[in-house]
Amino acid sequence: MKKISYKLNGEVRHLHVEPNDVLLDVLRDKLGVKSPKCGCDRGDCGACAVFLNGKSVRSCLVLAIECDGMEIETVEGLGQNGLTALQEKFIELNSFQCGYCAPGVTISATELLRKNPNPTLHEVKEAISGNLCRCTGYAPILDAVLEVAAKGGEHGKL
Amino acid sequence: MAIAHEFQYEKPATLAEAFALLTRHGRRAKILAGATDLAVQLKEGVVTPECLVDVKGLSELDPLEKRDGRLVIGANVTFSQLAESALVRGEIPMLAESALTVASVGVRNRATIAGNICSAVPSLDAGPVLLVYDAVVVVAGERGRREIPITEWFLGPRKTALLEDELVVAIELPLPQKRHRGVYVKLGRYRGEDLAQVGVGVLVTGDDEYKVAFNAVGPKPVRSANLEALLRGKKLDDALLAQARAAVPGEITPITDIRASREYRVHMAQVMLERALRAAVALLAGASVDVEHLI
Ligand SMILES: Cc1cc2nc3c(=O)[nH]c(=O)nc-3n(C[C@H](O)[C@H](O)[C@H](O)COP(=O)(O)OP(=O)(O)OC[C@H]3O[C@@H](n4cnc5c(N)ncnc54)[C@H](O)[C@@H]3O)c2cc1C
Ligand code: FES
Ligand code: FES
Repeated sequence: MKKISYKLNGEVRHLHVEPNDVLLDVLRDKLGVKSPKCGCDRGDCGACAVFLNGKSVRSCLVLAIECDGMEIETVEGLGQNGLTALQEKFIELNSFQCGYCAPGVTISATELLRKNPNPTLHEVKEAISGNLCRCTGYAPILDAVLEVAAKGGEHGKL
Repeated sequence: MAIAHEFQYEKPATLAEAFALLTRHGRRAKILAGATDLAVQLKEGVVTPECLVDVKGLSELDPLEKRDGRLVIGANVTFSQLAESALVRGEIPMLAESALTVASVGVRNRATIAGNICSAVPSLDAGPVLLVYDAVVVVAGERGRREIPITEWFLGPRKTALLEDELVVAIELPLPQKRHRGVYVKLGRYRGEDLAQVGVGVLVTGDDEYKVAFNAVGPKPVRSANLEALLRGKKLDDALLAQARAAVPGEITPITDIRASREYRVHMAQVMLERALRAAVALLAGASVDVEHLI
């Protein structure tokens, strides 16, 4: 066991991990952060996406020990000061059905809007192309991202 | 799912420490870069190292810069960095475009191009661009440093010229002196995750020199000397393209697997070679081409 620390959603957390512990499992089982989901466990589905030092990564393909001293942000962190404009739009447009893909999609779409506040439909599709959704056919998800993007003023909240 | 196999984790701060770890553990050490390949292999129990050497703390592996007429890509450079770099987009747009065909943003944010060529799977998307630009792989270990031409790097599926006490420091691409444009066309079943079923890369210069490379249609990515000789010095027209298409089956050795049949791969390699060549010539002439949607 090695003692490491993360800045998780703004808060410093100390924990003990084994070299073969996977970040996704540590977040869910040791740190109680349940938004990242395990879908495929091999990088394909995007359900486990989190921000690592500001960039989205597949937490099922990251070793917990690699992230010592790094910043991790999950959907729990995004919503800390009230829902973001994107989250509100997802709710308004009923963008999800079962919701299993929602945290991962939210991370990917948030990353896009942080970098590129006015994406085209093609850019939105590219940004979430690594997030599989088995329920919705994607249309209501794409609509929400594009509608938030079109509404200039709210980007501060992303 | 947890990783069942237990190993030691080291994150050296200097190259010397990294080399010492490789010398000490030999074949039982595995280098850890973006882990997008390695983590899957660890989970599946395909590799069982006793020590993982995380190279992301080695600043010598970070550069992405122009040096002595070469584009130097440090081993820690990710596909996202390549796709977003103004330097890469300006000097070798094909490299940025190839990077964007790899998986999805969340994978590209960690996956390195060095890890890609070290994984050495037949479908690797970095293969064609590195082959047509005559890239050199710079490797180093306690016994010294060597440069391996990319044509000698791939030995077969998951086999490279890297020795067990060495690591990749950088990949270097000589910047062509002549006007040039490269194009990579990748056939996948869908955007976002899929490995190439067929990949074709070409490089065309202003004085009608052509370079051609394929991936996913043989045990390793390859250059095609015959196609290059057939095209050399000639203007691209319908008759020449017909000859080139006809020569493709003799240049590749695809198999039938879960992702495509042999026949389909051969046919698509012909179609894609033609489109890649036409696109490169058009781009060189100043036309705008949607390279992302050639197929
Ligand atoms: C969902 C998913 C989709 C993918 N899609 C694609 C795709 O479309 N196209 C594609 O080409 N690949 C794809 N891949 C494969 C993989 O992402 C790439 O091969 C990636 O570039 C590997 O780089 P990495 O930094 O993650 O390497 P790692 O996984 O860290 O390492 C890969 C191998 O290279 C070795 N290695 C890494 N760095 C060095 C070094 N500096 N010196 C010596 N050895 C080293 C490691 O020991 C290991 O054996 C995909 C993977 C996943 C999980
Ligand atoms: S669970 Fe990580 S990508 Fe599917
Ligand atoms: S809403 Fe069910 S998987 Fe996306």
